[in-house]
Amino acid sequence: MDLLNAFVALSNFVLIPAIAYGSQLALGALGVTLIYGILRFSNFAHGDTMAFGAMITVLVTWWLQSMGIGLGPLPTALLALPFGILGCMVLVLVTDRMVYRFYREQKAKPVILVIVSMGVMFIMNGLVRFIIGPNDQNFADGERFLISARDFKKMTGLEEGLAIKSTQALTVVVAVICVALLFWFLNKTRTGKSMRAYSDNEDLALLSGINPERVVMYTWLIVAALATTAGVLYGLDKSFKPFVYFQLLLPIFASAIVGGLGSPLGAIAGGFVIAFSEVTVTYAWKKVLGYFAPAGMEPDGLVQLLSTDYKFAVSFVILLIVLLFKPTGLFKGKAV
Amino acid sequence: MTETVKNTALFLGVAALVVITGFMQSWNSAILIVNMGLISAIMAIGVNLQWGFAGLFNVGIMGFVALGGLAVVLVSEPISPEAWSAGGWGIVLALLLGAATVFAAVMATKRMPKGRSRTLTILVVLIAGFVIYRAVFDPNVMAVEAINPAAAGNIGGLGLPVLLAWPAGGLLAAGAAWLIGKTALGLRSDYLAIATLGIAEIIIAVMKNEDWLARGVKNVIGLPRPVPYEIDLQNDPGFVESAASLGLDPVTASTLYVKLGYSVLFTVVLLALLWMAQMALKSPWGRMMRAIRDNEVAAEAMGKDVTRRHLQVFVLGSAVCGIAGAMMTTLDGQLTPGTYQPLRFTFLIWVMVIVGGSGNNFGAVLGAMLIWFLWVQVEPLGLWLMNVITFGLPEGSALKSHLIDSAAHMRLLTMGIILLLVLRFSPRGLIPEK
Repeated sequence: MDLLNAFVALSNFVLIPAIAYGSQLALGALGVTLIYGILRFSNFAHGDTMAFGAMITVLVTWWLQSMGIGLGPLPTALLALPFGILGCMVLVLVTDRMVYRFYREQKAKPVILVIVSMGVMFIMNGLVRFIIGPNDQNFADGERFLISARDFKKMTGLEEGLAIKSTQALTVVVAVICVALLFWFLNKTRTGKSMRAYSDNEDLALLSGINPERVVMYTWLIVAALATTAGVLYGLDKSFKPFVYFQLLLPIFASAIVGGLGSPLGAIAGGFVIAFSEVTVTYAWKKVLGYFAPAGMEPDGLVQLLSTDYKFAVSFVILLIVLLFKPTGLFKGKAV
Repeated sequence: MTETVKNTALFLGVAALVVITGFMQSWNSAILIVNMGLISAIMAIGVNLQWGFAGLFNVGIMGFVALGGLAVVLVSEPISPEAWSAGGWGIVLALLLGAATVFAAVMATKRMPKGRSRTLTILVVLIAGFVIYRAVFDPNVMAVEAINPAAAGNIGGLGLPVLLAWPAGGLLAAGAAWLIGKTALGLRSDYLAIATLGIAEIIIAVMKNEDWLARGVKNVIGLPRPVPYEIDLQNDPGFVESAASLGLDPVTASTLYVKLGYSVLFTVVLLALLWMAQMALKSPWGRMMRAIRDNEVAAEAMGKDVTRRHLQVFVLGSAVCGIAGAMMTTLDGQLTPGTYQPLRFTFLIWVMVIVGGSGNNFGAVLGAMLIWFLWVQVEPLGLWLMNVITFGLPEGSALKSHLIDSAAHMRLLTMGIILLLVLRFSPRGLIPEK
């Protein structure tokens, strides 16, 4: 019984939050890794792209809510998500046309493109704050829990409760669908194959008649869709606040690099590695250990390795360890 | 128009902007802009050392600036014997133990042959070290933080004059930069960027959460000042008399006097650093740096130790940023870790360097002054612009109030647009590298 209780407590506080957070990070990291693979620079504006897409979704959600349109138990934001993706696609295509294309034609060094993306980051950040303001915005509705802690206790008769927020379940489902679609696209369709070819060897791809501008356009479209979805899921799960998306940049980059920049599979793995380590290291293990320890030996303290405010430190340390020992990441990424 | 004339004109232009502010708004705000502009200029020189001279992409400036601020507290706050007897030494011991653990782990990695026994040793060292460290650290921290938590609860400082904190800030930042450089400088440029970004966040997190160090988010206020207090000046009959002879009332005169005092101090530091940076740029060392930047492989083939030189310039640039950070905290008179934002303290400095002209010290200084002026003035300008745009809208309409409220966020947008325009149309900046 104690074992079961310990496992339930562990799932409630560590496994489920980490899986949801990992899925959000993975979606974000996929965007970063695709840009790196095709356009060959680290996009500092990615967090703010997520914020922009999520913002459009929030605005449309509010409009739908005011019209009385909803999805019943599911959050209305799902209905608004396509609009957010479209808005984000328009934004990134305009940005590419007005900003990035010039440097691509010049064959500028990657570091210049990184600095350019810093400028884009400022503009997007400013735009989002300008339109929706810097404050917390709530846009989640529908059923709050798939299983609430009290129901779970009643059902199983266990001491520990297990709560699954509907947003957490939704996050995982949507993330799985997105990843499946992405891999189908990259592996089966003509455009997807041309993208992979371009990423592997630019010159060879150009020789075989692949239109680079088309590849770049599709990349941006996919990145916009992924970023918006990640942003909306994160916003539903926690809350929408523009500055938080900027701070997500670090764990997202860490995920992409740990997995191997340029490798989509690596981005997903990296997302979960980072999420699980962040949650486990900052979780207070007192409760779980209490079930394992023999009577009278329960730990006194919280058994928390690091306070939650240091979660950035965790993703960072993992990043450093991987970079020092396996510079190309867990899955072999690019090293330009 | 020769280069000197053009550059002088640019500097005069920025000076004119400040003078206009003085006449249109107030001399107090004008001098405030100058003071922060001078500090920003020092930060820009630091970044220019790293990026302009050596091509190192450091986006962790905020961390070094914050460390400089921390040094002000640690150097100039009065000594707190209670805290030291309660647990200060214990904390030092715990930190030494932590450092020893890391050192032992690094040694094990380097010295032992690869294999299972090495992995095991490293794991045992790390886990045992961490447990011992926490066992020593936690009770001592509790003891220190328990001393008068409403007003102190930290280990205090050394009680030294605050001006000494400026070089100390540089040293602290340099020490941190050395540690970071040792681990991260071997990485590629984008990886270095992410690494420094992360380290800056960690430094801020430590400063926010370790209350024993500098009271964390409870802030340290009322730091000692290198210039007299306004109230003392106002009570000094001699000062009031000389103010009256200039036709100023004592309150305005005292605030101006204090701010100008800071300006003089900052200008001295800026000129000294600028002179050193210019000398470094002209010296064989500067030429070697630029050679490494332009072609690492060729420089290495000529026998230059690229990694060592990178570490050197990284430490130097970070130290300059640390000095600037200490100066800024001195000017504010308080340390508030919650106010360090990467957009303001890292990316804005980058805009300054790029706009001014990377690789040119005078460019960095000019860019810093100009961008800081814009950063301050865009907000009132944006408000004015929004008032003009919404002039036709009825009073109290939602759109009007939203637009006017949003004017405050114009500055980020403006900075982004300026950066992109400069990168596109004048990528070498206002005063290009020679």
